[in-house]
Amino acid sequence: MRLVTHNMLMCNLKSCTKDKFPLKVTDFTIEESDVDPNPDFLIGLLPKLEWGALVGTAKALGVGDELPSKIPEDASEDADFLTALHHVIMEVEIKEAKLVCNGCGRVFPVSKGVPNMVLREDEV
Amino acid sequence: MKLKHLQSQLEDVQPFEKAKFALEQYPTTPHLAAHMLTFIDTEYDDIEDQVVCDLGVGCGMLSIGASILGAGACIGVDIDPDALEIAKHNLTRFEVEADLVLCDLGTSSPFANRPVADVVLMNPPFGTKNAGIDTKFLTHAVSIARKAVYSLHKSSTREHIVKTAERLGATCEVLAELKFNIGKTMAMHKQKNVDVYVDLVRLDVSAM
Repeated sequence: MRLVTHNMLMCNLKSCTKDKFPLKVTDFTIEESDVDPNPDFLIGLLPKLEWGALVGTAKALGVGDELPSKIPEDASEDADFLTALHHVIMEVEIKEAKLVCNGCGRVFPVSKGVPNMVLREDEV
Repeated sequence: MKLKHLQSQLEDVQPFEKAKFALEQYPTTPHLAAHMLTFIDTEYDDIEDQVVCDLGVGCGMLSIGASILGAGACIGVDIDPDALEIAKHNLTRFEVEADLVLCDLGTSSPFANRPVADVVLMNPPFGTKNAGIDTKFLTHAVSIARKAVYSLHKSSTREHIVKTAERLGATCEVLAELKFNIGKTMAMHKQKNVDVYVDLVRLDVSAM
């Protein structure tokens, strides 16, 4: 799972009511790879990202040093910014990890890159 | 030309090893996927550079097709780890970067409560074995799509689907009626080939 997807996930326990997003990433292994950048996609994606969550997660994974704390005003013209963003959201894959809900503490394991968000019977 | 080319590429997507009856795992055929995706791409321009969620991704047919047509990112969700194993294998073979999430959409959605996707593409369970599952998929889809949901449903359930879409606040249009050959996928089918008519519907959620 890449960070573009992590930025969309939320604790899905019905009983959990606060701090469901973002899920904290712990005990992780990551892999970095080369993916062709798509600037049009990145520019379109910017308003849809939860920026604070993305930067926080990237820093926790040790890959967010080049991301600014705020989206630059001229983001679509800023090649360095787009390169950094592309790397963080598309080229870093969380392979193994625990995703921990800050609200209720539920742990969602990531195995072979796939987060498991299936609830147990007593959680449904 | 684009259509034929896409369809022939999608012939290489490996289907379910053993489709699970309870999950209504009818594999999206290359024919159906290619027609559906080419139509969405040419008529609505809703694939290229978009964030696409594929609910009930199965072996990855729609996600792979959407990626070939230039989707910016694809995220597939399924309840079945066996299907996701095959999907992962397919993604690797096609060199497609899509993410997979294991989740039971019958009980909950893994996505944050905001329009995380531009479009949702899906071939959900029809709800013939698990009553109401089609409605749950549509509900999740509408809640995460910014622009539109494209979904396949049995034509015989059209009235119910249109009503459900409207109840969810979307406008619903039946774009096409397609023949879906689900023959031989299910051991319990007596005939070798079973043709089912399915609707490709578009739920416009942009005004929501």
